[in-house]
Amino acid sequence: MSLEILGITVLWFFLYGYLIVASIDFGAGFFAYYSRRTKTDHLVNNIIQRYLSPVWEVTNVFLVFFLVGLIGFFPSSAYYYGTALLVPGSIALVLLSLRGAFYAFAHYGARDSISYYGIYGITGLLLPATLSLVLVVSEGGFIVEEGNKVILLMGKLLSTPYTYAVIFLALVSVLFISATFLTFYANKANDKGATTLLHSYAMIWALPTILASLLVFWTIRGHNPDHFAKMVDNSWFFIASFLFFAVAAFLLYKRKGYGWAFVCVMLQFFFAFFGYGKAHLPFILYPYITVTEGINSPQMMKALLIGFIAGLCLLIPSLILLMRLFLFDAKYVQGKK
Amino acid sequence: MELDSTMLARILTGITLGFHIIFAALGVGIPLVISIAEFIGIRKKDKQYTLMARRWTRGYVVTVAVGVVTGTCIGLQLNLLWPSFMQLAGEVIALPLFLETFAFFFEAIFLGIYIYTWDRFKNPYIHWLISIPVVVGSTASAFFIMTVNAFMNTPQGFTMVDGVLRDIQPLGAMFNPATHSKVGHMVFSTYSTAAFTLAAIAAMSLIKGKKHSYHKKALHFTLTLAFIFSMGTALYGDIAGKFLAKYQPAKLAAAEWHFDTKGEAELILGGVLNKETQEVKYAIEIPYALSILATNKPSGEVIGLNDIPKSEWPPLFIHYLFDSMVAIGSYMILVPVLYFAIVKIRKRKPKKWILWATVAGSPLAFLAIELGWVFAEIGRQPWILVGYMKTSHAATTADNVGQMLILFLLLYAFLGIFCSGVLLKMFRDKPVEIELEKYGKEE
Repeated sequence: MSLEILGITVLWFFLYGYLIVASIDFGAGFFAYYSRRTKTDHLVNNIIQRYLSPVWEVTNVFLVFFLVGLIGFFPSSAYYYGTALLVPGSIALVLLSLRGAFYAFAHYGARDSISYYGIYGITGLLLPATLSLVLVVSEGGFIVEEGNKVILLMGKLLSTPYTYAVIFLALVSVLFISATFLTFYANKANDKGATTLLHSYAMIWALPTILASLLVFWTIRGHNPDHFAKMVDNSWFFIASFLFFAVAAFLLYKRKGYGWAFVCVMLQFFFAFFGYGKAHLPFILYPYITVTEGINSPQMMKALLIGFIAGLCLLIPSLILLMRLFLFDAKYVQGKK
Repeated sequence: MELDSTMLARILTGITLGFHIIFAALGVGIPLVISIAEFIGIRKKDKQYTLMARRWTRGYVVTVAVGVVTGTCIGLQLNLLWPSFMQLAGEVIALPLFLETFAFFFEAIFLGIYIYTWDRFKNPYIHWLISIPVVVGSTASAFFIMTVNAFMNTPQGFTMVDGVLRDIQPLGAMFNPATHSKVGHMVFSTYSTAAFTLAAIAAMSLIKGKKHSYHKKALHFTLTLAFIFSMGTALYGDIAGKFLAKYQPAKLAAAEWHFDTKGEAELILGGVLNKETQEVKYAIEIPYALSILATNKPSGEVIGLNDIPKSEWPPLFIHYLFDSMVAIGSYMILVPVLYFAIVKIRKRKPKKWILWATVAGSPLAFLAIELGWVFAEIGRQPWILVGYMKTSHAATTADNVGQMLILFLLLYAFLGIFCSGVLLKMFRDKPVEIELEKYGKEE
């Protein structure tokens, strides 16, 4: 494996990590707000807060990490994406800032206000929609280069069916991943009321998730036929993804093995995400940037990879410690600590 | 001043950094103070110190949240507003940016653990140990990000071939001549700002007539730390002065209105400059002081602005920024000294005026950090990468920078107001006395 492919693979792992933890986080924020509106918050909010409070900051870092890594390994992506995405990027930043800050205000500041929850919950749904635009742009066709100017064709972006398919997929996946995880968490806490409610959310969002995936396939075929053809070449990724979805849906339907159901959902997205990513190669931004136009200096590449590995040696044990204390510690989950 | 996209990008970056740095300074400094307080609490078996650590942690988390989100903003704005700079230099600064994120990650994980495990371990030292990675992580991220800024001031560790940076030596770029003084000065000033801010809270409680020994103890403790850290800041300020004289003489000469290269140079405080004749009026002059600051010798030669091409002169108003920063720095050493002179030597109760002086120390400390930053950043104009890239060639070519500026201004105003409101409410609702009583019962 060449260093470039290794680099993008590691980065893709981080983006996948962000996809899972952020989905749980975004979805949980929305469910917390929704349950307050529908006066069912006494059922679920304890569970949600118990999980979110120690980890919300960690979620944010995953995203920063991916971005810094992308620029580090592929500096020209900073030039194209940076120039083209000024407006959507800034909007995403504002949403992210409001969300993060209001989480802390509502939870640590002990100000139990429904409008705080509202800002937190609604920005949580707008964010995946905004962030997924970057993936749409990476398909090509929305950025033109004129002289020394890089321009994003906003009008075209907002009139292409593929854009809406991706946004739709992002939204429903967030709710599905989150509800599956929270069902598992609530069940672990022996909280019957929360489990039932969250289980119903998971069931509601299962079917739209798979429909949205099909819609993305269908629309990408029209927008970027090359990429679609490569996805067909790698179709076993997507078949595996669907199989794991089927197992997850079956377990949820039978109301057993919630932990395994969540693992299957993770695998479902793992295969879909890596299949999509593999077919996207060698392009980072079609057709301007490929992975081989990455970093110029082999010393820096090595230093970055060493930095990465050293960092992971520090991070993985810490993350395991975090999970053992707050995720797999039965007493904490049940609220006895 | 023309409001083209370069100027707008500069203003937006400046505002984001200026807002972020308030929370970043607290984010780096407060964990250290909390950790020391918790340690003393365990050592002396004194519940009051433990309560200080707990209360400060509660407020700290709210400021961390704002620090995290504004930090994410500046991290991304670097790419959104300065894409050409990132394309050129991104490869060289990738490693420190990367390591900074790691340090931040590390801090985030252990901060989560620290906050939610106060009563979880039988041995209190285990909980205290968790504060160490938080302190290490926050200070390490300050270190790494400062190496990036240092690199922009004294770039090295590469060769430029046809407009592209090649032959990159990652460590050479990180440990450039500016790194030592910049990191030291910044880290110590965040520590002393944090200590002063916590001291100001304690002093304010005493002014309001609260009698509990907790407040006196907190004031004593934080002012001790404030003194140590302010001395450290001053020491590194001196090192930074010598660095400037050697590597960025234009910045030092502009800060000191020093026009003709000469030895036995005097330091100028305040004053009014006549730009045509290069004469300074109404200033306090300290003979030899600039030579001593720059070279450690009263006779040392200091390069003047007239030996530097006029196109590379920084704006001359940075003199006032520099002077104000130094004045506040001296104030931050003087206040703790006076306080301890009253309390320890003369064995008196702290007087109202010294309490008010302590309260004023906190906003002044933040002001000094802002002034120091603006001085350091504007002082290297017109360069973004000194000697290699001018700021005007680095900014985005996109339109809409103006609208984004307004958008972020609104965001920061909103966050600033809400954050202050939440912090005030948080502590008004829970006075110390009630919390101490609660702990007493738990025993």
